[in-house]
Amino acid sequence: MKLLTLNFLTCAIKTCKTSPASFPLHPRDAELEIIESEINLPFLRNILPRLMWEEIRVIASELGLPSLPTTPPTREDLVEGASQAQATEQAEGEAVAEVEEVPSQTAKDLHRILLETGIKEGKLVCGNCAHEYKVMEGVANFLLPGHLV
Amino acid sequence: MSSISYWIVSTAHFRILCWLRHSNMLPTPSTSHVCFDRVYEPAEDSFLLLDTLSSASESGFLKDRFNAESGAPPLVLEVGVGSGVVLAFTAANAKSIFGRQDVLTLGTDINSFACKAASQTVRTALNDNVNPASTFLDVVNGDLASSIRPHSIDVFIFNPPYVPAELPNFTHHDRYSVLPPGKDATSFEQDSYLLELSYAGGEDGMVVTNRMLNQIPELLDVGRGVAYVLLCAQNKPELVKEQIREWGVGWEAETVGSSGKQAGWEKLQIVRIWRNLK
Ligand SMILES: C[S@@+](CC[C@H](N)C(=O)[O-])C[C@H]1O[C@@H](n2cnc3c(N)ncnc32)[C@H](O)[C@@H]1O
Ligand SMILES: [Zn+2]
Repeated sequence: MKLLTLNFLTCAIKTCKTSPASFPLHPRDAELEIIESEINLPFLRNILPRLMWEEIRVIASELGLPSLPTTPPTREDLVEGASQAQATEQAEGEAVAEVEEVPSQTAKDLHRILLETGIKEGKLVCGNCAHEYKVMEGVANFLLPGHLV
Repeated sequence: MSSISYWIVSTAHFRILCWLRHSNMLPTPSTSHVCFDRVYEPAEDSFLLLDTLSSASESGFLKDRFNAESGAPPLVLEVGVGSGVVLAFTAANAKSIFGRQDVLTLGTDINSFACKAASQTVRTALNDNVNPASTFLDVVNGDLASSIRPHSIDVFIFNPPYVPAELPNFTHHDRYSVLPPGKDATSFEQDSYLLELSYAGGEDGMVVTNRMLNQIPELLDVGRGVAYVLLCAQNKPELVKEQIREWGVGWEAETVGSSGKQAGWEKLQIVRIWRNLK
């Protein structure tokens, strides 16, 4: 289960949803796996405003991953020599800039953490009610006994 | 018409439908790795969703709603992914449907075998593309959208268990949703239970769908959220749409796709649910 997915999940217990502590869910006893994938620069740039940065930092540090900067990267931070590329763009039109865009180290790190690092086995714990959701073979299980009536 | 001959006619009709799909439309994702003994096999309802989402009118609506100025990447959630054929189709054809390649896709299913099968279907469909068509998140195991952050979904898709038939007995769910200890195959009772989950919808076939509809206002993005829900004629679709329009100011519900006309009745239809705040 990808770490970016945690950006969109919360505790499945109804009464927890209104509590800020139910997001993010906290990984515990997690066995991680890396599944490499092609970096998609336009996607990374566009997703920035949807990221709950502080929460992602918390998750990354709880998993013992290299610590993320305190402030989210900007769009420009994701492209190698972005200021230069902009200059070219102005001079020669967009096509040139598109071909030459190279992901920066920041972009590669972000891609690695959000989309290539996954929880294979372990638990996700709600910070509000302490309920533990199991992750098995990469699939998180949010079924509660109360759902099955 | 006796029920057997009707079955033969409708199967033949269905084959033709499948064949037509392949001849002139966006490709149907491969589900050849999926074991249909315990995961719902793509059928007329699944294909109606594919055809509706990729129709000129719906993709026009979606392209307009999710144009670049509308903001950050849209998140598509399909509840009850089954084989994953619908989510994989949406993921692989995001450019044709939404006009953008930064779409995110996420799925849920109550059947853990479906969760795994569907992830594989989406990954395979995306690998067939040269350029990244969209970004696939995961399929999580759970009840409806209970684990999804409120107001985070831009496009919601649901082909529910819609047949008016008694709901399955959930008592053994935990045991039935994994392989029996020490075995590498599911039991017959287990498979029957998992398949019942995929079609049995209780009274009017609406028990599961109604539970889901109740969550939609809280689930959808306030500004641009839109939902597609499949209904069959026995679900009383006209009544369902009227009830949705009574959710509050701006809520709309329209039939945007249908199939299997019988004596003037559409057998299956796709209802689009959205809020018009302008
Ligand atoms: C009619 S099948 C549709 C499968 C697939 N989306 C398709 O169109 O081919 C309904 C699916 O919903 C799932 N389902 C049933 N009840 C559910 C619930 N309460 N929460 C999540 N999924 C559910 C079933 O396991 C099944 O996969
Ligand atoms: Zn909780």
